[in-house]
Amino acid sequence: MSVDLIAEEQGLYGLMAEFETAGELVAAARRTRAAGFRKFDAYSPIPIHELDEAMDLHDNRVSLCTLIGGLVGCVGGFSLCSWVEGVALPLNIGGRPLISVPMFIPITFELTILIGGLTAAISMIVMNGLPRPYHPVFNVERFVATASRNKFFLCIESEDPMFDREMTVGFLESLGPEEIAEVAK
Amino acid sequence: MAQPVELPDRIQVGPVIDEGHSLASVSDKISGIVLKRKTTLGWALGFVVVFSIMQGLLAGATWLFIKGVGVWGINIPVGWGFAIVNFVWWIGIGHAGTLISAILLLLNQSWRNAINRFAEAMTLFAVMCAGLFPVLHTGRPWLAYWLFPYPNTMDLWPQFRSPLVWDVFAVSTYFTISLVFWFVGLLPDLATLRDGANKRWKAVTYGVLAMGWRGSARHWQRYEKASLLLAGLATPLVVSVHTVVSFDFAVSMIPGWHTTIFPPYFVAGAIYSGFAMVLSLMIPVRTFYGLEDVITMRHLNNMAKVTLATGLIVGYGYMMEAFFWYFSGDVYERYATYNRLFGPYAPFYYALIFCNIITPQFLWFKRIRTNVFVLWVISIVVNIGMWLERFVIVVVSLHRDFLPSSWGMYWPTIWDWAVFTGTIGFFLVCIFLFIRVLPMITIFELRMLLPGARVKEPVAQ
Repeated sequence: MSVDLIAEEQGLYGLMAEFETAGELVAAARRTRAAGFRKFDAYSPIPIHELDEAMDLHDNRVSLCTLIGGLVGCVGGFSLCSWVEGVALPLNIGGRPLISVPMFIPITFELTILIGGLTAAISMIVMNGLPRPYHPVFNVERFVATASRNKFFLCIESEDPMFDREMTVGFLESLGPEEIAEVAK
Repeated sequence: MAQPVELPDRIQVGPVIDEGHSLASVSDKISGIVLKRKTTLGWALGFVVVFSIMQGLLAGATWLFIKGVGVWGINIPVGWGFAIVNFVWWIGIGHAGTLISAILLLLNQSWRNAINRFAEAMTLFAVMCAGLFPVLHTGRPWLAYWLFPYPNTMDLWPQFRSPLVWDVFAVSTYFTISLVFWFVGLLPDLATLRDGANKRWKAVTYGVLAMGWRGSARHWQRYEKASLLLAGLATPLVVSVHTVVSFDFAVSMIPGWHTTIFPPYFVAGAIYSGFAMVLSLMIPVRTFYGLEDVITMRHLNNMAKVTLATGLIVGYGYMMEAFFWYFSGDVYERYATYNRLFGPYAPFYYALIFCNIITPQFLWFKRIRTNVFVLWVISIVVNIGMWLERFVIVVVSLHRDFLPSSWGMYWPTIWDWAVFTGTIGFFLVCIFLFIRVLPMITIFELRMLLPGARVKEPVAQ
């Protein structure tokens, strides 16, 4: 197995192992976490739900933001209708109530969906740290060629307190990968 | 999410994806259509044709802006005419895209994976066409921003009790959320195109759009959550949009419009016409691009079944409308129905019954559902039928209301037709461009259908 050596002064982002199947990646992620590594990430061309559990990922902030966004839209929509019809431009039409709740529901509903949906998408993008055109993993040629196509990758980052170049290479080899590469910063 | 439930082969027609595909082969096949395939003569000729048709919109809208809405056939009593017929028709077509992408995602239907991107694109383009009509119909489109609530020196606000204002909010929300949902779905595929691009400028373009997507597990986790939330929000949204459109009619007092069956009947009609349009577009595309192995007979069969089911609901709606005049005993309602059946526009009503009630009955037969050409013809007939339905609802109800002294007739002028056919051209131009520059099938969701995507962990040593 060949490991491209990266000059020390350039800095090392981490070590990356390539796997053939989704199952191997999940098993590798599980063992990496069990070995005590915390700063590592798995990369795959498809979402793998088993990885959430293997890597102990449980970020629910997108749901929370969406809930808040939806509530803001809901309250905002109803307030808008009530303020306009009740305060800004009150029109007495045959003595009907100014705050006519059922008639305000469609606008309230649409704004709930609009703000909630926009929050869901934007919070996902922001929390994922996107847009981010440059990332060290793109320095690995195999990654660029196959990570969004058909191969599965695991990268242990050098920032992990347990990271040690030789030892981590040895550990990754024990996971049975196709290939191991060093990732320049 | 749990694995999709597989029905026995007796019920299904073939697999959702043909055997022999791997993660690499589906990626290369779909991205290759965009990246590798040269622009064919067929595409170029087709594009020239639809681009020419689109010029009707340019001419029609220009003349309209110069002269005003008088160039159309609208009058009093028929003030709505083609503009509203086409608005409702287009927006209904859009509904299938959201149904496929959102509702079938929540229902965990794996067959949606191959068709949702295309159907969602169709939704966006159809809603664009739909949105044009009310704006043109205002007669002074440069003042269309008056529809939105903003503080202004006139000290005026929209009337929030009016269904027409609800429409503004419903349609603009629908377009925005559909666009966001579509773009979120595109992210991982744009990354695939970026990585597979053979030219620098392509890689940069797709790279900018992909925003640096790298398929990290942490990203996928939030991505899946956001997709599910968007689907959950889009599902009630799609139902609400055509409900609000039907309120434009049902909240008014016009005989033939003032019925409570309208919201569900409109929503079913929207899905019906939308699935027909997906079939009309997808059958030729699948043939031209050789996608029979990923858009299989199973997809066509399932879409035909949805068309049949929603068509039956629409048929029920027609029956209830007829029952309503009888049961209400209202003389104006009774006349509205009589006028539909025997009035000057009666041929339209019978054509509508033929297209929307009789034609879909052929879809009961599996041999017809699996005959690609016949299915395509049926889908076109259904599209025409749904357009006729909106014509009957809008024009036939308006032209004879309470007072015979205010009755009139409506006939479209050449400018009505120019704008209408122009939007069909615009829609097809958008579809042509979409097929050329973006992956028309969601690659990452197609990968998820493959056996290679199943997680089988090796036994730990």
